[in-house]
Formats: sequence, C-alpha cells, structure tokens
Amino acid sequence: MTIRSDRDHGQRYRPRMSCLKKLEATVVQMQDPSTGVKGTDQKLNVTIIPHVITGQDIVAWITKNMNIDSDEAQAFGTMLVAFGYIYPLQDHKKLVLRPDGSLYRFQTPYFWPVQKWKAEDTDYAIYLAKRNIRKKGVLDAYEQEEYNKLHKWMNHKWDFIVMQAKEQYHAGKARQKADRVVFDCQERAYWIVHRPPPQTHSAMDYGLDRHIDPNAEEKKTYDYYRRIIIYTQQAVMRSRVKSSVSLGALAKYITTFKNHDPFLVPCLPSNPWQTDDDSYWELNTPDVEIPTKMRVERWSFSFYELLNDPRGRADFKIFLKKEFSGENLAFWEAAEELKWGTAASMSEKAEHIFKTFLAPGAPRWINIDGRTMGLTVKGLEHPHRYVLDAAQTHIFMLMKKDTFYRYLKSPVYKEMQKKAISPAPHNFSEAQLQQNMRNRRPSIDPIITWQKEQEEKAKAEAASGPVDIKKLMASKLDRK
Amino acid sequence: MCDQTFLAITFGPCDNCSQNKPLMNIYLKNEPINYCSLCVELMACQGLAKGETTNTLKAESESLKAKLEEERAKLHDVELHQVAEKIDALGQFVMKTRRTLKGHGNKVLCMDWCRDKRRIVSSSQDGKVIVWDAYTTNKEHAVTMPCTWVMACAYAPSGCAVACGGLDNKCSVYPLSLDKNENLAAKKKSVAMHTNYLSSCSFTNSDMQILTSSGDGTCALWDVESGQLLQSFHGHSADVLSLDLAPSETGNTFVSGGCDKKANVWDMRSGQNVQSFETHESDINNVKYYPSGDAFATGSDDATCRLYDLRADREVAIYSKDSIIFGASSVDFSLSGRLLFAGYNDYTINVWDVLKGTRVAILFGHENRVSTVRVSPDGTAFCSGSWDNTLRVSAYLRSSGESELRNILYNTV
Repeated sequence: MTIRSDRDHGQRYRPRMSCLKKLEATVVQMQDPSTGVKGTDQKLNVTIIPHVITGQDIVAWITKNMNIDSDEAQAFGTMLVAFGYIYPLQDHKKLVLRPDGSLYRFQTPYFWPVQKWKAEDTDYAIYLAKRNIRKKGVLDAYEQEEYNKLHKWMNHKWDFIVMQAKEQYHAGKARQKADRVVFDCQERAYWIVHRPPPQTHSAMDYGLDRHIDPNAEEKKTYDYYRRIIIYTQQAVMRSRVKSSVSLGALAKYITTFKNHDPFLVPCLPSNPWQTDDDSYWELNTPDVEIPTKMRVERWSFSFYELLNDPRGRADFKIFLKKEFSGENLAFWEAAEELKWGTAASMSEKAEHIFKTFLAPGAPRWINIDGRTMGLTVKGLEHPHRYVLDAAQTHIFMLMKKDTFYRYLKSPVYKEMQKKAISPAPHNFSEAQLQQNMRNRRPSIDPIITWQKEQEEKAKAEAASGPVDIKKLMASKLDRK
Repeated sequence: MCDQTFLAITFGPCDNCSQNKPLMNIYLKNEPINYCSLCVELMACQGLAKGETTNTLKAESESLKAKLEEERAKLHDVELHQVAEKIDALGQFVMKTRRTLKGHGNKVLCMDWCRDKRRIVSSSQDGKVIVWDAYTTNKEHAVTMPCTWVMACAYAPSGCAVACGGLDNKCSVYPLSLDKNENLAAKKKSVAMHTNYLSSCSFTNSDMQILTSSGDGTCALWDVESGQLLQSFHGHSADVLSLDLAPSETGNTFVSGGCDKKANVWDMRSGQNVQSFETHESDINNVKYYPSGDAFATGSDDATCRLYDLRADREVAIYSKDSIIFGASSVDFSLSGRLLFAGYNDYTINVWDVLKGTRVAILFGHENRVSTVRVSPDGTAFCSGSWDNTLRVSAYLRSSGESELRNILYNTV
C-alpha cells in the first residue's frame, strides 16, 4: 500500500524519462530466444543459476544490432546496468558493464524502473528487515545505518513493516531453493540501483523536480487564445528570408572562420592546452604591441569583429584620428556605456553625451540626419536607457558601410598587416613537453588587468576631452 | 548579423495610454501599432466582444498558426545538407582531456569561462562556487552559498565578479578580491529575486546588468547596483531552463528555452517575444547562439539537438542518432560554428558536424551525467562539468607528428 507522491509530477511517465521506454525495448530484443544474447547456466555453490550472460557477449550483441563501436556499446551497456535492466552477479555493488567474461543476468520485468512503483522508504525498510530476519548481521554498514534511520522515522508503522517482512520471508521459504536464490539476487540488484551504496550514485537520480507540473493541461481560456493571436499576428508579419540565403550565410561564416577555429586548424604557435606553453595567449593579449597576422586578418571579416577586439578597435581609432572623424566611434562607445551602464548614472551620462555630441555647436558634434536628431533630442528630455538607440544605430551603420571599408584600404591597416607577426609552430620534444607541464605559468589576475584598463581609459578621456579655452589662455598668461 | 529589432521603435508614447514606456510592436486588425506591455496584457484580458466565444478565438488562433506555417514554407527552398554538399567533410576527430579539476564535493551543475580564456567559475549541488585557473588547475576563490543546488553561475565580462544562484530563488553577485583571505560573502550583492529556483544567469555586455531565467517561468533583466528590475519577460508556460544572449553588434535579443518545449527569442528593450519555436518533444535543457547570431542550437530531453535559423524562421537541422537515447543537457559551438559539442545524460559528450548533421566524435570519461559543456572564449578548448564532481578541459589531439608514446605518457593530467 504505497501512496504515489504528488511531488513526483509524473516524472516517470513524462517524455523526460522516455529513455527508459527505449531501454526497455532494447532489453526485450536482447532476451529474444533466437536473436538475443546467448545465455548459459552457471553453477553457484550447489544451485544452478539459469540464463547467465557474459559482459563480452552483451557488448558484441549491442555493437552488432545497434550498429555502433564497441566503446559506445560498452557505454550503452553500462547504462543498462546502471538502470537495473541487467545486473552483475559478481561485484554486485558496482553497476558497470565489463566487456570481459564477467557474469550478468537480465532483471525480471517486475523490478524494471518503469514497471514498479516508485521505490518507497517503506519497501526499503521491509526489505532490510526481511534480510535481518533471515540472518542477523548480514546487512552492510551503510545498510545498517539506513535501517536504524528508517526505524527511527517510521517507528509508528514499524509493526506493519515487521509483519510484512515476516510474511515475505515465509513466502520466500516456500519457494524452491533455486528460485529463491535468483529472486534474492534480483531484489538485491533492484535496491542497489535505487538505494546506491556510499561512493556510488543512482542512475534514477534525475535531479530537481520541475516547478510546474508538465502533465497538467494549460487552462485554455479566452485570454490564452488572445495571447496566441497577438503573438502569431506579429510573427506572420515579420519579414523572413529564403532558406538558401540564410543557410548560405551560415555556411559562409563557417568557411570564413575555418582557419581561426583551433579545433579545425591548429593555432600558432601551439595550443596552450596541448603543449602547456602559453605563448599563444601572450601573443594575443588585448593590449599587445604587434598583433599576429591571424588576428589582423580577422578584423577584416566584419566590422563587428574589428570592434569586438580591443586591439582592433585601438587600431581603428588611430585611423579615425588621422581622418579627423573620431567623434563617430566616441559617440558609439558612449552610447554603449549608457545602454549597459548602471541605472543610477544614466541621466548624468545622457546629459554629458548631449553636451559633447548632439547639442548645436558641440565640440564633437556627430552628423546624423534631421529626423533622428529630432527624435533623440526629444527623447533626451526624459532620458532612458535606449534613448540613443536610433542615433547609435545610424552612426554604427555609417561606420560599417563606409568608414570600415576605407579603413581596410588605408595605409594604417596595410602597415599593420605588414608588421603583424606570424609565429612559427612549436615542435616540442617529449622531454620539453614534460618540462612545460611542470612549469605552467600563472597569469596576471584579471582584476589587475581591469584596473589598469580603467586607468588607461581615464587618461585617454582626459587627453581627448574638449579643450577649455579659458583654462588654456589662463595657463598661457601664467607662463608669460 | 541579423537583428530586425533595431529598426523598430521601442520606446515612446504608447498608442493606447500615451505614457512613455518600452513599446511592443504588434498588429491590430493588420495595422501595426505600438503598445506598452500593460496595454497588450489588458487587450488580451478584455472581456469577450459581441459574437466572440472561446471557440471562435480558438479557431482564429488555429488559422493564424496555419498561416504562419504557410508563410514559413513559402521561403523554404533548400535544406541544410544540400547547402553542405559543397563543403568538405571533416576528418577524424580525436579529443583528449587535458585537465581534470577535482575539488567539488558534489555534482557540478554549471560553469562559465572568464574572458581571459583560462579561468573558470563552477558551481555545485552542495552550494560551493569555485573560481579556478583551469590552466594551472589552481583554485583561486571559493564561495559557499547559503543554499544547495546552485544551478547558475556566470563570470563577469571584466573578470572582477561572479554571479550565482539556485534554490535560493535569487541571483547574487560576488565581487572577487585580490586578497585570498578575504571572505567574499561579506561583499555579496543580492540582485535578482524570483519566485522559484534560478536556472540560468548571464551578464550582458557589462558588469552592471544581469539576465536571469527561473523555474517560475519568467526571465528578467536586472540592474546590478540597485537590484532594480529593468524588464521582465513572460511567455513561457513552464520552467525556463536556459538562456543565451545574442552575439550581435546591436546586442538586443536573447533566446530562452523551457520545459514547455518552446525556444523563445526576446527583445531585451521591450520585453516582447519576437520569435518562438516549438518542435522539440520534451524539455529544452540548454540553448546556445551560433557565433554569428543568426541561428541557435538547443539540447533537449528528447535526446536530440536542433538548429534553428532566425532569419528563415524555422528549424533547419536535427542532430540525433538511434543509439543516443538519453537527453542532451548542454550544448555549445566551436569558434567557427562548424562543431557542436553536446553533453548527454548517458555520461558522454557527442561532437556534431553542424552542416552535415553527422557525429564526428564521442567522448567518454565522465562517470555520471554531463551537466554543462562550454567552449573557451578563444575556442582552444572546451570544459565539461559533470555530476561525478569533476570538470574536464579537453582539446583537439594534435594528429601530425605526435607519437604513440606521448599519448600514453600524458594520458591523465
């Protein structure tokens, strides 16, 4: 008499545990008398255990019938053992499939995870009590501990538990010895799966329950349908592109970046994780003097790549300085800071940006079309996080479609391409690799790097800020 | 880069209540209008008009759904494997575990890389959050959370803080310190507050904002300093298990996946659900954007991983095999997007060729479920965290010139 717990949320029946149904189907196939795994009889003390199979036969059957490698077959077999569909006869506490002559048996469907109801503590208590009755002191240390715990918690129904245990014990005695031995093995295997010994885990452990019951039907009231209608209407009106275009773009991205993917083409000079030599990271720091050729090439792939790489952005700034059009990027950066900044600093930042970039006669006035300027200035009356979105997008597109391409053709970029280094691939001997492994270098804490960056930024801002004429004249007069 | 949302007006006077608020772009009788989220909700909940019944609304929604499928099908002119025909197949792939990080006393649930490409933060079931230098395998910081099952952790872009949360329903930010003896819990900042467990969190482009997803079915954007809720996202009808921010230059969208089998794409500014995909047969455990931001992959309990194209607005690939029957808990792309690493509940990691749809490698080694797989920021390695209490960093095995002897010598690091 077990009450199914509500909190279970029908986890056992959900598609989440659909793997169990598939495992079941495989196990049924494996037990087919003609096409399944061949079993033999094994002698254990004086009894003969029927239908015993070896680990290697199981792996061979899975390899052949599921059309996979023996490694994968072994892993799959281990899952069968871990879930209790097959149990080991020797070393019964370790639920793995050994691809050798180790002996296994199929578990009876009564004890399969989907068949039996949830493994309740009451049942476990009955099982342990039964074993205690059979022979005192036969319980393992961890089982004894569990038994004592259960005795404490379930004290109120202990009489019932002992009664059940005695009944099951007597019923067992009435069976034939061979059947009894087999049943005991099966029951023991079941409890190893559901109440794992210490230092092992149960495959039935699926983690936390989901909060919302997936088996519960969502109430389909009129507002449920209205929401679907609102969403689907805008989804229908969304513009979409042809598959050939978008899939072509995905494939193109892969081809463009192929040489930069360390899993496809080895990175130069070597992958730090493979050789324990971190030169690759040293050569690619955000503020390195001379970047590598691969890095410089990557800047040409898209404007986003150029901006995303701090070294690339710095190079782009040099180019803009030569063109006297640094205000566009400066505005974009300031708008990014506004968008991603803390809520408290927003109005202050917005004001600063307006004074520096948007006000008529501002020192770093950006050139955007009248409509966008109008919208932005109006929005700045009540500044919010996205007030500069329209202007920022306009400036970004301008830089992307025009300035970026001029940068790629400029002497600044061409010179960088020439200067960029191409490190030679490492060729470490085994002894050198051993040594590298012993001498792995720690790196500077990112906190220190961040603090340095902030200092540099503050200095750069002070240097490029609008020149205060009065102060300048005053300092000139002072000197005189 | 694809971000249609940047062209829409997302803040201003609502067409209904005239207040200045973030706006959703919807259609009323085929005319585009801009309503604030409150007005949209009111519109949905207003009483039935004359002649309307639940059944007429149901019929209307069904016909609209059919129309959406029709529109999608019109532009469906080619399959991914056809496009992939022109591309060379990948060779044999052998990966090797290069670092095994031992130190957690219980299941590792989540991990994240630092932008310096070598540090990681990981969280586990017993409430411990550890920051490691994975390259030297040294532990640098450790925090004990006041709750168990810390399912979400994230490294701040600056490298100066970590965020984590779980069964405490909150997301807390811990600023890291150069002083190793300092108790990090003293400076902890509680940022997000949900009504159920926190399943995933991520910093946006700066340390100042955090995006979270929760078992209560919502996602939310928070301001770290003040703990203020900036935007909430409603639309999932069950637990949201994962989210990922789009790597686009305009950075305005993110995707979330949940137990209602849906993957939703959201506009961060207005809170509007702009795209939704429902083709999985079970819970979506993990979502990850393709490096270009034009597509995303999902891993689900139905033992498949799927690729969805955002511009074509449909599912374009299913990564599955008859022999893989256990759910995929975590997915991530390699730097170029050619490889998809997926961790499964049968203790293995499968590596898929994104274009061809075939599996190129399978990794064994973990002794329990693989709960999280993340590729490092520069793509040189990937880290997998598992319920066997360890994290493993694996990289491609150099195939040319590496002798057999070397393999044996450096088998366990």
